[in-house]
Amino acid sequence: MAFHEIKLTVNGGLEQVRIPSNMTLLRMLRESLALTGTKNGCSAGECGACTVLLNGEPVNSCMVLAVECDGAEVVTVEGLAGDQQLDPVQEAIIHSGGVQCGFCTPGVLISSRALLDRNPDPSEEEISEALVGNLCRCTGYIRIIEGVKEAARIQTARS
Amino acid sequence: MEKTNTPKSHSPVGESKPRIDAREKVTGAALYADDIQFGNKLLHARIKRSPYPHARIKKVDLTRARALPGVKAVVSGEDFSGYIGLYLKDRQIFCRERTRYVGDPVAGVAAINPEIAEKALGLIEVEYEVLEPVLNPEFGASPQAPLLHPDLGQYVVASFILPRPGSNISNHFKIRKGDVASAWKKCAAVIERKYRIPHIQHAPLEPHVAIAKVDESGEVTLWDSSQSPFAQRDLIAETLGISQSEMRVIAPLVGGGFGGKAGVSMESLAVAIATKVKGYPVKLLLTREEEFYTAFVRQGLVATFKMGCDKNGRLLAMENTFYWDGGAYTEYGVNITRAAGYSCTGPYEVPNIKADSYCVYTNHPVGGPMRGFGMPEMHAGLEQCIDELALQIGMDAVEFRRRNCLKGGSILPTGGKMHPTGLSECLEKAAEAIDWGKKAPPTAPNKRRGKGLALMWKAPAMPGNAGSSAWIELAEDGMLTLGVGCQDIGQGAFTVAAQMAAAAFGVPYESVRVATPVDTRYSPYEWQTVASRITWSTGNAIINAAHDARQQVLDLVAKAWDETPADLDIVNGMVVSFKSEREIPVKDLAIKGLPKADGKGWMGGPIIGRGNFMPADVTGLDPETGQGEKAVVHYTTGAQAIELEVDLDTGRIDILKGVAAFDVGKAINPDMVKAQMEGGLIQGISSALFECLQLKDGVVQNPSFVDYRIATSADLPKSVQSIIVEVPQDDGPWGARGIGEHSMVPTIPAIANAIYDAIGIRFEGPPFTAEKIYLAMLEAGIVKG
Repeated sequence: MAFHEIKLTVNGGLEQVRIPSNMTLLRMLRESLALTGTKNGCSAGECGACTVLLNGEPVNSCMVLAVECDGAEVVTVEGLAGDQQLDPVQEAIIHSGGVQCGFCTPGVLISSRALLDRNPDPSEEEISEALVGNLCRCTGYIRIIEGVKEAARIQTARS
Repeated sequence: MEKTNTPKSHSPVGESKPRIDAREKVTGAALYADDIQFGNKLLHARIKRSPYPHARIKKVDLTRARALPGVKAVVSGEDFSGYIGLYLKDRQIFCRERTRYVGDPVAGVAAINPEIAEKALGLIEVEYEVLEPVLNPEFGASPQAPLLHPDLGQYVVASFILPRPGSNISNHFKIRKGDVASAWKKCAAVIERKYRIPHIQHAPLEPHVAIAKVDESGEVTLWDSSQSPFAQRDLIAETLGISQSEMRVIAPLVGGGFGGKAGVSMESLAVAIATKVKGYPVKLLLTREEEFYTAFVRQGLVATFKMGCDKNGRLLAMENTFYWDGGAYTEYGVNITRAAGYSCTGPYEVPNIKADSYCVYTNHPVGGPMRGFGMPEMHAGLEQCIDELALQIGMDAVEFRRRNCLKGGSILPTGGKMHPTGLSECLEKAAEAIDWGKKAPPTAPNKRRGKGLALMWKAPAMPGNAGSSAWIELAEDGMLTLGVGCQDIGQGAFTVAAQMAAAAFGVPYESVRVATPVDTRYSPYEWQTVASRITWSTGNAIINAAHDARQQVLDLVAKAWDETPADLDIVNGMVVSFKSEREIPVKDLAIKGLPKADGKGWMGGPIIGRGNFMPADVTGLDPETGQGEKAVVHYTTGAQAIELEVDLDTGRIDILKGVAAFDVGKAINPDMVKAQMEGGLIQGISSALFECLQLKDGVVQNPSFVDYRIATSADLPKSVQSIIVEVPQDDGPWGARGIGEHSMVPTIPAIANAIYDAIGIRFEGPPFTAEKIYLAMLEAGIVKG
């Protein structure tokens, strides 16, 4: 197995990691960097639990090879909150009751962040569409969608 | 006036407090079992599984696998004897002589990384003699079927489970009440229907994971995603021949359970392998594919209903037969059969009943508990029959239910009396919310619109003596730490536990922390987090613990102030006297006590409260008639109503509105109760429209989220309404009873009844896929091809 040394930015900090060619971004985050907030639900790109931002775009990190991320910028759920304040999507989903078991939550929050970055005032349909790749078995999505709507309001109020 | 177990101070109860674990869950800090770091000593386990539904193991050769560098242990059935199981010990950790489903564990490997472990599986050679499988429960119950468990008569079994050795029937629950045969003659209408409810999978987002370590002295530690750490301690220890106190289970947050992580399943595999590599933690993480075919499935059901009523619509008789597809091992499933048996009439008073509920061994995946524990499957057919019977005598379906549904004092199928219940209120509110009786026009010319409604009931199905316990400690800062052994599987158990402890002791909700993760070495005993029993059972234990701690505080302060405890109270963390109007913060005496009045020495000491709870009056049932005084602790009841449209061009169903109304006794946290109602409704819709574990010759054909579709954010009803009804439970904390499972029980029949209302077609069973609906409409001539 060939190994590679890559450099990338994770949650704003520079990282240098040595990884085998076949290692996914998900495994690198969880195993090499101990960023276990990103979850492994299927390892097949079907459930969205491992969603992270890769250069600003939401991706299933189980479907991306770590070696492809040399020079990239990655944001995981651990990187959403600032020092003093939760991200609006985090704050809003707590308030709306959109968290139950919490296993899909990191992926849901990342997809929601990506949505609000490109569309600060999404409609309910746009939110449903943005989250269609993030499976949730507990909440029935209703309070998650309410949370994203509220997050948009909080974000507007903060800016 | 009802007697409710209601403590004096109750401010945090009844309020929609935010989840106690929300912040850690949104920041990624929340720890799940797979997140725990074990360092580079960690070994990875993989399981060699049977490719055949039924086979005799002729030879297992582990030599080549053992020789692979990086492999630390290879085990098979040879290495472990003994049986395991919750109600019926019919399962071995690894198969010894025979395999009984596709996926049955034959051998296991632990290696330094998952890739080597996987490679080693390929080097294990197993020779099988393929045997005839049983793939249908009705056939399985017949004398012609091959016998899957010839040793059934020797298995250890709970007293209330009734296996039929010499057959594939591992439990036969009967009800014989009144005189069914002569009742039919008095009926103005009788219908007979047969339904097939397919297997489905829990599909929690977090796959099963277990990490086991055995130290040199033989003590076992198991970290896992578990609804049942204490049951696992008990059952795994017993099977391995060690004592329960040598087995420690540490259970961090669970990423969704729905019953699939109750009892013992794959965890025993990790422990068994770990016994062969002492000192090494061994991790077994199921792949998503394994999750679909090797984890507990919701059993399939073949149900026949015969029911009749008089001309006034009064139900006179039911004759119901259930064949449960229990799968290869029915150690847990046997009790689903029993629960369906004693609840066989649905929430209706029926004077004449004959019911037979059979749990049947098949060569299908292992059946186990899933949200509703048999009730969604049973109600799926039953509540359609109720609609059909109403139609046959020309009565409105809501009116028919109004007349027949259980009220407080109604006679139950098991002979006892129903406790006070808000079922009628749920029915009225659900009917009102869906505008029952009013037909709205479809939203487009190519659509047909319909409404449907269904009722439900469900009791916690558990041994009569399933216990809970709790402890409470205070810290120097006045914070209260609550120890519980129940698990938060997403339903919010820890939040509700903290609310109840705060209210019962007299501190704000924010002053309570829950001692997690649940650890059988330090946490108080809890039977299992199942059966929607936690709010009720653990809640009672928490109240008892809080009262114990509270009494210690009040006695101490009363002595110090020369007052009586009855004049004192704890409010917002302050001990206050109504008599002298003195006050003192609890934190000032929580650890160090108080000085004696004469200044010579101290009194009190660290405050620690303890409490337990166990139902005391559940009786057995007669094995021939199913009659007894008190079959279960209580029933939660409710109703759902659905309005939908069927697209004539595609057969696709759009749910326009979903209404849920449940009698929860008392909503400790109303928002979280509603969240259960919503989540259950969507899971119910998912099971009605999409979900089916497709089994062909015993092989699951769709073991992925692509081929086994669950509801996504695009499948929501346009509107959802949740209605809380509160008729208090006399022995519930603040009157509360459970709601976790009930919210998906009536969804399938409510949708089926709405489909009938829209297009006049009924189906043998779900899922009501667009394809199935379209083809049925084609056949019925509603649409033209």
